[in-house]
Amino acid sequence: MLKFVVRRLLLLVPILVGLSILVFAWVRALPGGPEAALLGERATPERVAQVRHEFGLDRPLYEQYASYIGKVVQGDFGQSIKTTRPVLDDIQTKFPATIELALAALLFAVLLGIPLGFLAARRYQTWVDNSSLVGSLLGISVPVFFLAYLLKYVFAVKLNWLPSTGRLDAIRDVAHPTGFYTLDAVLTRDWGAFTDAVRHLVLPGIALGTIPLAIVTRITRAAVLEVTNEDYVRTAEAKGLTRRVVNGRHVLRNAMLPVATVVGLQTGLLLSGAVLTEIVFAWPGMGSWLYEATFNRDFPVLEGGILFLAVVFVLVNLLVDISYGVLDPRIRLQGR
Amino acid sequence: MSIAESEARLLSTEHTGDIAGSRMREAFRQLRRNPVAILGAALITLFVVVAVFAPWLAPHSPTAGDLSQITLSHVPGPSAEHPLGLDTQGRDELSRIIYGARASLLIGVVSLSLGALVGMLIGALAGGLGGWVDSLLMRLMDIMLAVPGLLFAIAVAAVLQPSLRSVMIAIAVVNVPVFARLLRASMIGQRHSDYVLAARSIGVRRWRIIVGHVLPNSLAPVIVQGTLSLATAIIDAAGLAFLGLGSADPSVPEWGRMLADTQQYLQSAPQLALFPGLAIVVSVLGFNLLGDALREALDPKLRR
Amino acid sequence: MVLLSVEDLHVTFSHRGRRELRAVDGVSFQVEPGATVGLVGESGCGKSVTSLAIMGLLPPRGAHVKGAVRFDGEDLLQLPPAQLRALRGRELAMVFQDPQTSLNPVLTIGRQVTEVLERHRGLRGDEAKREAAALLDRVGIPDAGRRLKDYPHQLSGGMRQRVMIAIALACKPRLLIADEPTTALDVTIQAQILELLKELVADTGTALVMITHDLGVVAGLCDEVHVMYSGRIVESADRRGLFGAPRHPYTTGLLASVPRLDSPRGVPLRPIPGSPRDTLAWAEGCAFAPRCTRRVEACTTTAPDLVVDAVTRHPVRCYNPWPPGGEPVATSERKKRLT
Repeated sequence: MLKFVVRRLLLLVPILVGLSILVFAWVRALPGGPEAALLGERATPERVAQVRHEFGLDRPLYEQYASYIGKVVQGDFGQSIKTTRPVLDDIQTKFPATIELALAALLFAVLLGIPLGFLAARRYQTWVDNSSLVGSLLGISVPVFFLAYLLKYVFAVKLNWLPSTGRLDAIRDVAHPTGFYTLDAVLTRDWGAFTDAVRHLVLPGIALGTIPLAIVTRITRAAVLEVTNEDYVRTAEAKGLTRRVVNGRHVLRNAMLPVATVVGLQTGLLLSGAVLTEIVFAWPGMGSWLYEATFNRDFPVLEGGILFLAVVFVLVNLLVDISYGVLDPRIRLQGR
Repeated sequence: MSIAESEARLLSTEHTGDIAGSRMREAFRQLRRNPVAILGAALITLFVVVAVFAPWLAPHSPTAGDLSQITLSHVPGPSAEHPLGLDTQGRDELSRIIYGARASLLIGVVSLSLGALVGMLIGALAGGLGGWVDSLLMRLMDIMLAVPGLLFAIAVAAVLQPSLRSVMIAIAVVNVPVFARLLRASMIGQRHSDYVLAARSIGVRRWRIIVGHVLPNSLAPVIVQGTLSLATAIIDAAGLAFLGLGSADPSVPEWGRMLADTQQYLQSAPQLALFPGLAIVVSVLGFNLLGDALREALDPKLRR
Repeated sequence: MVLLSVEDLHVTFSHRGRRELRAVDGVSFQVEPGATVGLVGESGCGKSVTSLAIMGLLPPRGAHVKGAVRFDGEDLLQLPPAQLRALRGRELAMVFQDPQTSLNPVLTIGRQVTEVLERHRGLRGDEAKREAAALLDRVGIPDAGRRLKDYPHQLSGGMRQRVMIAIALACKPRLLIADEPTTALDVTIQAQILELLKELVADTGTALVMITHDLGVVAGLCDEVHVMYSGRIVESADRRGLFGAPRHPYTTGLLASVPRLDSPRGVPLRPIPGSPRDTLAWAEGCAFAPRCTRRVEACTTTAPDLVVDAVTRHPVRCYNPWPPGGEPVATSERKKRLT
């Protein structure tokens, strides 16, 4: 098991190096270059040259890259051109916001999708199954931002049940030791803030979680159908185990193997969707932060932020692979 | 991307025999009886017809507007003259929706074909040649896949001048690794299949086996992926337009942009968000329905 | 007192858009307590479906079961599902063909044994574990205590089948159905597993229904044998009657097609011509007629009934059976050895 993890971690190194080169090259390919973002279009050539020197942009590319990587490895992502705040500080506040949103979406998808998928498989080729199929195809066909608009209009504008902007009501002033507002509220025992944070999470969470919900439902259905036909489920039935035990211990447990992988693969989808969701719901996360930075040509933010997200993405995929090993002894005990 | 990718991972087609042609025919016969496929095909036909015949179908100009009736608190809703009302610039909403199908279809088809073509070329090279070429290309694809789809498209679109062409390139780039991995996996899966071994044992040359046997048998997953990726491409294009990374000219009708433009009018004219949104859903749903039915027809494992 | 009585069992499969398939077509037989009964035939003859129907393990949708399966006088087909579940694993148990796929890959074998003990014998925790170890020990798994923590993929095929047998016999059932329990195993292991089964059912007084295509298995194990073809029983006899005086051309065909160490040199094996697919519907005559060497005209018009043969006193479904003894050399040679 340990060997497996170490090998996977080593495989990550070339990917991360390639990724950093890609991001580095990308920022330098942005039209106008970083200096245009700093100085605007009408700067004098002398001023441009001065700024380029200040930021080391007049040095050869490989030198720039080397010094950039040298700093990144030490945890120094530079500072934002726009706000002059260290990029890492911003990541520390923006990242938990995005993760909290993504986890809410994932929770929504898993808690609803697994029972729905299981039910659809058990009622194979009945109206329950068919409507779950149509529903999930509809679910993956709705653009995140459109769904976000719909939810916002119905539940915030028309019915006024739930808030539709930000993470907390503006009047609330609470401590944020972790940056995860729901967790912070629990830690500080501020139950008012907790309810408030959860209420703010509902609409963006549903908007972002709908596509994963559709996918989890379908995969669960397919996996349960497949496992139900396995010989060992027939063995479990032959043992006379109760229906609950057969379904829980034998069918679902095995069906969860592919579902776990698919849930892990949703990370990319969640991060992509987060950009759009965060913009519609004014959620102060990585998505809207990077989106602004793109327009501002705020290159340290872009370099740092995207690299950070990509690393997270790659690590999550690794975690998924490992969790697969935990769930499946055939992988865990390889080579024994 | 991720939808198709994740399902493909679970339900990957297994090829055991050289039956590409007969499988396609059988699949086609099955499709014609599947209501899901028929509905999907009907929606796609509607979408394509609207896009192609937009100038004849649209009752008004999609770009010329009359601002005199528009205020922040009031945008005229549906009327006999304008079935879907006016947009925030006083243009006919229906005509803009109809013309919007053009941008959507064009971006979808071009970006997908481009991405799939380049991706399959890379996949065929990697799967066919193996060795260090394979490792190098696949590591490159891994790096590309390490950036989530839409973020990647945003990044690419941001580098290029804002235009429809940039959107196409951005989405094409996102599709490249998906198809490369798919084709490579399919080819490698067949490398040890009985019919390839049989062909090799009678001395058929490697590239002839690949072109004559392996590629046709890999087509099924590629077709399924293509249909589903087209759906994703349309959604992603709308997303980019929503973020203002679409065409530089704001008067060009794009569904995503149309939705974004109504943000301040959500209170007074919610229909302006509803119509382009529904247009996206309907066209994307068509491809998803057909793609799903195709996969069921082409994947023997799903048949029960 | 009869333990199991299968009466006029019919199983048909129907799938939407496909033709109805009659897998079992009026099968009746009985099993006495502690007896060993063989159900023999080529694949597709309906023997496995019969066993699944007895256990109530056929898929609820698509399979239609008619007739009666009386266990201890009670018709299992009429029993509410919950009551049937309570019987399965305790009174009736089953061992399947492929130990590779019949054990759950993500549970330890210990867990898979203890869950039956929990369910039917109310054992918990360490008690259940100790009993599981004892059971594994009894089926000949070395170092059973430590093996409890192993996963199925860490065991060999033969060991896995031993685990399956331990599970099946965990509650000392009165009936054990073994569906081709040795087919998926190496030849050397096959004999060991059969020996083990024979020993265990003798010890526990369990009745055994052995489903097999292998007459060698039947010869060494069964008191009574039913030969099935295309969903019906074509010949029933005790072991001696079957090997000593086989009447039905299908039975003799099966005997002649099996290589045996004790058959005289120079006598060639004679496989049955054709395949089980070349059948006639029973409504149109004898299903075996297209492959039969002793076919007469009546065979292709109406199906023969299962009638008790006047000479050998065992039931045969044939218009033109082999005369007892007047039949291929290989078998008459063999008769001498068996008697």
